[in-house]
Amino acid sequence: MSKPLLEVNHLRVEFPTRRGTLVALDDVSFSIAPGEILGVVGESGAGKSLTGASIIGLLEPPGRIAAGEIRLEGERIDDLPPERMRTIRGRRIGAIFQDPLTSLNPLYTVGQQLIETIQTHLPVDAAQARARAVALLKETGIPAAEQRFDHYPHQFSGGMRQRVVIALALAAEPQLVVADEPTTALDVSIQAQIIALLKRLTKQHGAAVMLVTHDMGVIAEASDRVAVMYAGRIVEVGPVQQVIHHPAHPYTAGLMGSIPSMAATYERLLQIDGAMPRLNAIPAGCAFNPRCPQAFDRCRRERPDLMLAAGTEAACWLVDRGYR
Amino acid sequence: MLAFVLRRLIQAVVVMLAVAFIAFMLFQYVGDPVTNLLGQDATAEQREQLRADLGLDQPFVVQFARFVGNAVRGEFGLSLRQGRKVSALVVERFPATIELAVSAAVIALLVGVPLGVYTALRRGTFGSQVWMTLSLVGVSLPTFLIGILLILVFAVIFKLLPSFGRGDVASIGGWTTGLLTVDGWKHLVLPAVTLSVFQLALIMRLVRAEMLEVLRTDYIKFARARGLSDRAVYFGHALKNTLVPVITITGLQLGQLIAFAIITETVFQWPGMGLLFIQAVQFADVPVMAAYLCLIALIFVLINLAVDLLYFAVDPRLRIERAAAGH
Amino acid sequence: MSNVLASPAKTSRWARFLDSDLWYSFRHSPTAIAASLIALLCVVCALFAHWIAPHDPFDLATLDLLDARLPPAWIEGGTGKYLLGTDDQGRDILSALMYGSRISLFVGLASVALSMLIGVGLGLVSGFAGGAVDAFIMRVCDVMLSFPPILVALLIDGVGRALFPNAHEVLAFSVLVIAIALTGWVQYARTVRGSTMVERNKEYVQAARVIGVAPLRVMFRHVFPNVLGPVLVLATIQIAGAIITEATLSFLGVGVPPTSPSLGTLIRIGQDFLFSGEWWITVFPGLMLVLIALSVNLLGDWLRDALNPRLR
Repeated sequence: MSKPLLEVNHLRVEFPTRRGTLVALDDVSFSIAPGEILGVVGESGAGKSLTGASIIGLLEPPGRIAAGEIRLEGERIDDLPPERMRTIRGRRIGAIFQDPLTSLNPLYTVGQQLIETIQTHLPVDAAQARARAVALLKETGIPAAEQRFDHYPHQFSGGMRQRVVIALALAAEPQLVVADEPTTALDVSIQAQIIALLKRLTKQHGAAVMLVTHDMGVIAEASDRVAVMYAGRIVEVGPVQQVIHHPAHPYTAGLMGSIPSMAATYERLLQIDGAMPRLNAIPAGCAFNPRCPQAFDRCRRERPDLMLAAGTEAACWLVDRGYR
Repeated sequence: MLAFVLRRLIQAVVVMLAVAFIAFMLFQYVGDPVTNLLGQDATAEQREQLRADLGLDQPFVVQFARFVGNAVRGEFGLSLRQGRKVSALVVERFPATIELAVSAAVIALLVGVPLGVYTALRRGTFGSQVWMTLSLVGVSLPTFLIGILLILVFAVIFKLLPSFGRGDVASIGGWTTGLLTVDGWKHLVLPAVTLSVFQLALIMRLVRAEMLEVLRTDYIKFARARGLSDRAVYFGHALKNTLVPVITITGLQLGQLIAFAIITETVFQWPGMGLLFIQAVQFADVPVMAAYLCLIALIFVLINLAVDLLYFAVDPRLRIERAAAGH
Repeated sequence: MSNVLASPAKTSRWARFLDSDLWYSFRHSPTAIAASLIALLCVVCALFAHWIAPHDPFDLATLDLLDARLPPAWIEGGTGKYLLGTDDQGRDILSALMYGSRISLFVGLASVALSMLIGVGLGLVSGFAGGAVDAFIMRVCDVMLSFPPILVALLIDGVGRALFPNAHEVLAFSVLVIAIALTGWVQYARTVRGSTMVERNKEYVQAARVIGVAPLRVMFRHVFPNVLGPVLVLATIQIAGAIITEATLSFLGVGVPPTSPSLGTLIRIGQDFLFSGEWWITVFPGLMLVLIALSVNLLGDWLRDALNPRLR
């Protein structure tokens, strides 16, 4: 097994409020291998985006990392001074955010923003930077890249803009790209193109991807492995086909079952009763136990760690009992 | 874009007509228009003659048209208080007010913008809180009080600067300026500072608020995520986006300054249009009031128009709309 | 299970207010507490000037010219009888301050109240009627906004003076209040219009029409709660502005009638004595004005921040 590119160990993120401290991420651990695409899926509020933000060091105060560590190629990056973290951002870890319209500064041309990013991280002169930028635009499939170079963001359509964003994220050849809901704001027809583009480019540039989304279709299409998050914890992680077809955790099973498919016929869509608990009302023991159809006594008392199941790892006492 | 300019021009004309209407009403119905035009010392014959000439029995619209025609030529009759032509009075006082207003605007911008940026970037620190409190005081202090306090400190106690009038002025063509003599500058300091305080505080708070908003946007977050330096993020991106609305708003403030000059000119006995207007209000000198009103409206309308055009020049989203429509 | 089950119906409104974010923010903001205390003090002084003031500065019989131009008590030459000194007619500055504040506050509050009335009313009409009426009112708003308040107030005041050259007090005050009120109504109109338009399109208004209930009445009950917050913040911020505008107008000599001097009038009278050394005649009324304006502004600032969820 090669050394992991990114390791997150027992990460705990808290938000102090006047009514007490809210725990947004509780003992989150996972790793990403070089060149691998890890999908991170879960409902809104499960903590996916926060995990991404913590990794690139842009956690908004008053949120703070209370415990645990994040390692990039073995070195700790969660406790770096801001100036050092800045050199890592963009150069070794790139980021893509959800809304391409607001991700780009409307007052600068696309080319200017590309050149600025390239020259911040790579020791190239203006001409080389420009050439590189145009090449990137071409790579992301923007037609007439030379002319479009001098256009402003509002002159591009949504899908085109996201291509520009991808180009910006890859401009300095990072080893890891954190993509936070990259297709959520796009038309369905464009989504597939962007995901395919992301997959292809990251393979070509040798970058790993942490793909955060709530859309299982995107996960199935693009990821190698997937982590399922619930109430600030990871409840299951494993190779994508295993998680989809043989989920060990009841929540994952519910998620998969609730996705309608053209292949099967249903009397009724499966639904998980109840809702994900709010941060100030997380149950004791396993966070999912109030909604779990198979919960038993231990689930209400003790919180399970990730345990090896048939094809995946799941945080569920059923695995311990051997039912999975 | 041409359509836009045309539309604004038409709006401007409509506003001017509305203002002219109000001025006309003042002229006709508040006080006696004949007296307004001839002054108080006209003979009975002159009055009769003028009444016939004016066609005061003519329909309303005709009289209004005549008034507008006169106004466009700058003809507002005689000042009731001074007996001189209103247009001459106004032209005489115009340079003084403009110099005062422009000086105050420059001070407000040069000090207000950097302070606004500083208090936004260093939000929450002691220094920024001090400046925020000071700006609140600046907005709460009425302009005339600031003037009096400055007079108290610099003219009465320390006897450093003069406290009234313009000092030595030089004439260039039709324009009188105090900027060419040391004495003129000394006289300009206190009034310009007084006039600038309110605008300064406003600009500072505006810049700070805008910058804080901009710093929360996604594109700033993305810029940080790309590893751009603090300097690039704050001054390359955030500042530029902040200044676009700020610059246009401060353009509008120039009009406000000219109006606020009324107070400053009263405190310092600065011989400008504002002082003229106040004396007119105190005396119910209608022709001067009407003339001042029209002139101020014209200045405002012109400034508004200029600011709209400036927006066009600065924000690419407005400029390239035509091109984008093709893609 | 979860602890969110505390029955809300049982806690009284007072208890809920004490637990609210607003009260919490107030308690923990030293500026808000200090500002409201100062404002309260000024209001009390002004309201009860008649009973609290040590002298009556307008009762000519009690004035003694021999007591004229006395400095404040802590300076050589002053006495405890006139704590803040006297002016050139022997009037006690402290008492004049209190009476003056009363006038200033009265004009300020009256004009803001009138402003609210006009603005909220026009906003409702504009939002509800829509079409040409709405467009016209909004155009008027735009034009008024581009003119500085001082100018508008001066103009109306000037016209009033020209129309009624020998007005008696009540008329003069009314003109003044109207003048200041007409400078501030636009903000209310816009806010209320916005909310009204939002509500007007909601289904319950149409449903009410069908049933035959006057939709106007139904709308009031729903629009008012929505606009109350912003309108209150606006009013607080505007009170300081109105007080300052009145002070400015009085300073310029075109504000309150000379028989009822406000703080602005006092400052104007005092300016003449700056160079002869009697600074207290102008400085103390000035300080009082600043205290009132500053404390109201601080309160308004705090209120606006506290009610704005995004800033927290």
